[in-house]
Amino acid sequence: MTGERLLISGGRVVDPAHGVDVVGSVCIADGVVVAVGDRPAGFVPDREFQVPGQIVCPGFIDLSARLREPGQAHKGTIDSEGLAALAAGFTTVCVPPDTVPVIDSPAVVKLIFERAQQADRAHVLPIGALTRGLNGRDLSELSALQSSGCLAVGNAGVPLASNLVMRRAFEYAAGYDLLVCVRPQDAALRDDGCVHEGVVATRLGLPGIPEAAETVAVAEALVLVELTGVRVHFGPISSARAMRLIAAAQQQGLPVSADTAMHQLHLTELDVDGFNALCHVDPPLRTTADRDALRAAVAAGTIGALCSDHQPHDPDAKLQVFPATEPGMATLETVLPLGLRLVAEGVLSVPELVARLTVGPARILGLPAGHLGVGAAADLCVFHPQRSWVIGDATWHSAGRNTPYWGDEMLGRVTLVVVGGRVVEPNGALTSVEQRQP
Amino acid sequence: MKSVPAGSLQLDGAGKLRHFLTIEGLNAPLLTRIMDTAESFSSVTEQTVKKVPLLRGKTVVNLFFETSTRTRTTFELAAKRLSADVLNINIATSATAKGESLLDTIRNIEAMQVDMFVVRHAHSGAAHFIAQHVAPHVSVINAGDGRHAHPTQAMLDMFTIRRSGRDFATLKVAIVGDILHSRVARSEIQALRMLGVRDIRAVAPRTLLPAQAEDFGVSLWTDLDAGIEGVDVVVMLRLQRERMSGAFIPSEGEYFARFGLTERRLARAKPDAIVMHPGPINRGVEIDSQVADGLQSVILQQVHYGIPVRMAIMSLAMRSGQDAVAGGRQGT
Repeated sequence: MTGERLLISGGRVVDPAHGVDVVGSVCIADGVVVAVGDRPAGFVPDREFQVPGQIVCPGFIDLSARLREPGQAHKGTIDSEGLAALAAGFTTVCVPPDTVPVIDSPAVVKLIFERAQQADRAHVLPIGALTRGLNGRDLSELSALQSSGCLAVGNAGVPLASNLVMRRAFEYAAGYDLLVCVRPQDAALRDDGCVHEGVVATRLGLPGIPEAAETVAVAEALVLVELTGVRVHFGPISSARAMRLIAAAQQQGLPVSADTAMHQLHLTELDVDGFNALCHVDPPLRTTADRDALRAAVAAGTIGALCSDHQPHDPDAKLQVFPATEPGMATLETVLPLGLRLVAEGVLSVPELVARLTVGPARILGLPAGHLGVGAAADLCVFHPQRSWVIGDATWHSAGRNTPYWGDEMLGRVTLVVVGGRVVEPNGALTSVEQRQP
Repeated sequence: MKSVPAGSLQLDGAGKLRHFLTIEGLNAPLLTRIMDTAESFSSVTEQTVKKVPLLRGKTVVNLFFETSTRTRTTFELAAKRLSADVLNINIATSATAKGESLLDTIRNIEAMQVDMFVVRHAHSGAAHFIAQHVAPHVSVINAGDGRHAHPTQAMLDMFTIRRSGRDFATLKVAIVGDILHSRVARSEIQALRMLGVRDIRAVAPRTLLPAQAEDFGVSLWTDLDAGIEGVDVVVMLRLQRERMSGAFIPSEGEYFARFGLTERRLARAKPDAIVMHPGPINRGVEIDSQVADGLQSVILQQVHYGIPVRMAIMSLAMRSGQDAVAGGRQGT
């Protein structure tokens, strides 16, 4: 229950927003954080969770996860994917606007909020459609979308009809200080491509998506950001050269940010070999050099957020000849273990990883979350960095099983999440010590 | 995470052919064995009674999702000369056009107790996908998938080269034309390299070369006059008319002027060089009629050798498939 007083003790508390990295306690009452570090005298919890050896941090925030509802319940629902999010440590997920119907009116925003409330899983933040029905030509009622609760708008990778439409959209959004999410890809350069244009595409005879398709789109958008002053967030980014342009724009002081999907930091075009449809993603997996450049950008902070780019599918979506399969991977539940691999490989420290999953995305969205300051809403994640688990029917929550990691052993498991002060133990109960006031 | 290379599916535990999907992942002894077997079948095809009973009682299904005359016909003849029953299914007018999934189509035909699929499909990876999902006793032969592979064409081209009395180790080969969209070029290059050819030249305008083509182990040439210099074999590729609208080349005229094979250009190759083409040819677009019909052209021999080479591949794959099933039964 929400009003419960909780004590999470003995863990390593990591709150990058406040530079906190201590072994200690987090105290929660009335759905907010009341103390971090030492337990205040007089705080008597209803329940205590002792988590030595585990990490206690703000709940993760995902800038892009398809929950498939409304419209594609055969692939996933707000309930099924919301549970997967919690099991993965995400207490907030942003939903791209390409649902059916498209998130282009306050009515659809309201519907999603209602469903999320009924499901009572992670917080769901709908991203509004930049254009009506994502048609690329006519602006949605952006101000109305903002008023109904959209923190950002975007076109979900559907190309805009022209740079004139982009300019107008940027100008209009800038007038309301509305963040525009851009999934950059030039449609003409992409053509009928389905994998990165490189050695594997050439060998397998698969139509390629050149890296230039992403870089050109970023370059065009950056020129219009400079013209209009709009806040733009690019993601997920897949290539080194696009990332260099964004980093240079940040240096120049333009209001732009970027994310990449966690799997882009681990997989490359080589994983597509053998026509592996589970590695058919868009943007495509690129070269080892791109992957390494993205890793460096995450470490440097020019990539301020790591997202899941979760796209659950029904089995039939991948049971086709490669070019006919639907792109996308079910990724929510592999984000943390793959992130911890980056820590093991020395790419990121634990606080850096936590920052890219919490305060990083929160700042991009302008959301007062992703930290454990006193008075902050009690959205927390507790995970065991060494706990091993095997991806399979018994451990997986998403309705989509389209992951190339199926059957693999993973290190790092969420043991406890707190959403708005409510305790959830999605991966099996942790021993809690019930304490009642005398 | 498991990533299975495209070629590894096609050999059984003993290194014998289970399916024939791509040249990649095979080996020189196996390619030689295919050619030796084809050699033994060439005499069969020259007899009055042109049949051998190797595949008697077996059912071969020609599953063509893309139209083809030459390839389908030679596969059909090859199967019939091995005494197999042959079923031709043209999917463009069949169930998938009504919305049935590829896998359902395969499972339905498989339920009719067939032994081999010969598959042509517009998407790269189709034969590989089908091979992953067929029953253990069924063999899959790739008759061309998207831009990926056309391994039987490559093998009949290797056979044609070998029959012309040339040594692969010292061979110089120019492959000319639309390499980007060509499954023939990909399989051909892999087969030539596997058989030890060191000088392979890809000759094409930059727009018709795939990304990082040099990784294939070929040299890249944008000038046919230079690229053809001193070669033993010229492989011409078909230029599809729709490439003009895709801005790949400015015009047929300019293409022919730069890349068309004329007698004058052919004179720069070795005097006894042979000219090959997988067909169908576009006279006056990529090849001059005088060359196509000339003494150095082996285009019709390629078609002729298509039958014994396909007989060889079908009989080798079928035998291995049957061994696998027999072995499995003994084991249980």
